[in-house]
Amino acid sequence: MVAHLLRLKLTLLRNSVRRSPWQLVGLGIGALYALGVVGVLAAGLLVLRGQEIELAQTVVVLGGATALLGWAIIPVAVSAADMTLDPARFTTFAVPMPQLLAGLALGGLIGIPGIATSLVALATVGTWSRSLPAAGGAMAGAVLGVLSCVVLSKVVTTATAGLASSRRFKDISAVAFLIPLVLTGPIVAGIARGIAGSGDFLAGLAQTLSWTPAGAAFALGGELAAGNYAAAAVKFLIAVATLAGLGLAWKVLLQRALVTPPYAGTSKRRTGGAGLFRLLPATPSAAVAARSLYYWLRDPRYAGALVVVPLLPVLMLFQGSQSGFYGPFQFVGPLTAFLLAWSISTDVSYDSTAFALHVATGVRGADDRLGRALACLSFALPVVLIFSVGPFFFTGDWEKLPAVLGLALGVLFTGLGLASVISARYTVSVPLPGDSPFKKPPGNVAQTLAVQFGGMAVLMVLVAPEVALVAAQFITGSAVPGWITLVLGPVLGLALFATGVRAGGAWLDRRGPELLAQLAVNR
Amino acid sequence: MTFQPPVPPGPSSPVPALSLLGLAKRFGDKIAVDGISLDVPAGSFYGVVGPNGAGKTTTLSMATGLLRPDFGTALVHGVDVWQHPLEAKKLMGILPDGVRLFDRLSGEQLVTYAGLLRGMDREMVASRVAELLAALDLGNDAGTLVVDYSAGMTKKIALASALIHAPRLLVLDEPFESVDPISAANIRDILDRYVASGGTVIVSSHVMDLVQRMCDHVAVVAGGRVLAAGTVEEVRAGASLEDRFVQLVGGRNHTEGLEWLRTF
Repeated sequence: MVAHLLRLKLTLLRNSVRRSPWQLVGLGIGALYALGVVGVLAAGLLVLRGQEIELAQTVVVLGGATALLGWAIIPVAVSAADMTLDPARFTTFAVPMPQLLAGLALGGLIGIPGIATSLVALATVGTWSRSLPAAGGAMAGAVLGVLSCVVLSKVVTTATAGLASSRRFKDISAVAFLIPLVLTGPIVAGIARGIAGSGDFLAGLAQTLSWTPAGAAFALGGELAAGNYAAAAVKFLIAVATLAGLGLAWKVLLQRALVTPPYAGTSKRRTGGAGLFRLLPATPSAAVAARSLYYWLRDPRYAGALVVVPLLPVLMLFQGSQSGFYGPFQFVGPLTAFLLAWSISTDVSYDSTAFALHVATGVRGADDRLGRALACLSFALPVVLIFSVGPFFFTGDWEKLPAVLGLALGVLFTGLGLASVISARYTVSVPLPGDSPFKKPPGNVAQTLAVQFGGMAVLMVLVAPEVALVAAQFITGSAVPGWITLVLGPVLGLALFATGVRAGGAWLDRRGPELLAQLAVNR
Repeated sequence: MTFQPPVPPGPSSPVPALSLLGLAKRFGDKIAVDGISLDVPAGSFYGVVGPNGAGKTTTLSMATGLLRPDFGTALVHGVDVWQHPLEAKKLMGILPDGVRLFDRLSGEQLVTYAGLLRGMDREMVASRVAELLAALDLGNDAGTLVVDYSAGMTKKIALASALIHAPRLLVLDEPFESVDPISAANIRDILDRYVASGGTVIVSSHVMDLVQRMCDHVAVVAGGRVLAAGTVEEVRAGASLEDRFVQLVGGRNHTEGLEWLRTF
């Protein structure tokens, strides 16, 4: 039965690859990336073989504890738990519980994260191949540790399945996860400095962890290498008890989950009345704008983009304070303008087949385009203005403000105009409505990349006058090109914005049904 | 493909609510709709029935301006859907099957949105939304996001979005799917009154009993062609619609075997 479940998992994996060659490409890229990470970590672990026992022990134990933490948190945080062998699908088959658990646990190892973790864990055997008992202990520790990782992950996902299937939780966790992701640079820098400052602290932490379920398994090799047989025996018991305890918890949770399937409809959000539809004028374009604004707030795929925006200046200010060079920080305004304007280039793709309502009601293309652009502009304009002026309070380089402001406004208006044309003509593959923003979208990756990069190249050409003028000021030091930019940016930008809305609208009027057909492919 | 010239409507024959002439659509190698011609008289309650994959949804999408046909024309009250889409769409209310809704809006907001997109004024939209939600038993869930609706409620809110502008022709693709019996009865009442006052309804379904009871006209579609069309009495020719349907479409397999299923 266990072999049967493993075969099922492999078959499912093979069929998903067979569905489209792009799946295989994605899997290949993921595998290559994982292979690189595994290679570096394994090499590091082998180098540790020649180092002092205490240092090696600290690294291995902390690494093991980190792996355990990652397996527990990541599947929940990105709502990307591997559900190919969802236990709920086996309820009607009366599979004996022990076999089901063993099969699911081993099945969890099949896949890139499972294989990568196993390989790195096995590399610790190399670290401790200083004596036979040490290597044997490391081997036992690796097996116990990896199994604990997988079972812990199952415990967490099973326990939070009810929570995770509620839409509110999915929406919030998907967006919240972005924050540490964006701030990875500063966080890593901070941790690295912390480590450099307190080597003793880490050794102490590893020593403590090695007596807890988090680190006992991966401490076995080190204790045996140091000859602490009594400590090794106790830690072995702790590791075995950990795995057994996790297994028992999983069994109980699973037994309960199988007879009480998660109910997704518990947390209903209520809103009062027609809201923005009442506040904005009663025209089709204003209605489109109101609808778009609700999506910016309520759809995590849009909200994700909004969360990044306030973090952007923080990130660039941090970089500036690290290097003492605030050059990039001055351009946070134009950069934000680009990000926000460009975000509506995927607007119709985000609608998915809900766009059928626009086709069915026969709303004019220009109204559709204008509404979406105005919704974005309503918050992008103040944000871009603030971000353009803000950095100069830090740098004091006020004579460059007109140039930066002109460039930012030019990029914002031009970008919105171009995005209005692009999203009227091309669909790109994006996560479907209701999916996590991180979920791999279905569809043609090549077209997505071509449209996105092609569009950005066109945008570069369209804002070339502003860029050239800004460059002229930075090179010559003369203030004149800056003032010209301040006038030219908004004027040229607004002209291109109007052109884009009209051209995109005409395109929609002509080819709305074809666009809908393209969207229906990926639904 | 044979292309029949359109018959000019004489003084005795009023303009049909929907007139399809040789509609055809091919997806890759598969011919989904193979030249469908159909006249839906104004004021009729018209059922379109057919097995899965018969081309019902494709035909209705082409008739309503959602999917461009490879061949053929569709006229709504004499207005060509593909030559004058904006005029034609004003006359139609559409409930498409298998498309998403803007489900991050509340039910009330979604129907309001559909009304405003059609250029209706605010007061009329507001009063109609309230009435529609009450009539479709959605009054208590007006403020709930559509994404949190059940399948049946979602169907009903999509129906409300199709009704908001008081169209002359309603095209409803599988309107009763996963709708509970009480709501289905309410929807049938609404549609019956709508037809009685001169509106035209086209529904697709594969529930034969429902079509036989509800509709006065029916077309049987299979393999992208019309097998029979006319009044329900004409089509069923004395038999029940279900028997007649099975007879027309074929494909029932009378295999013996599965004896082991009775051995326990």
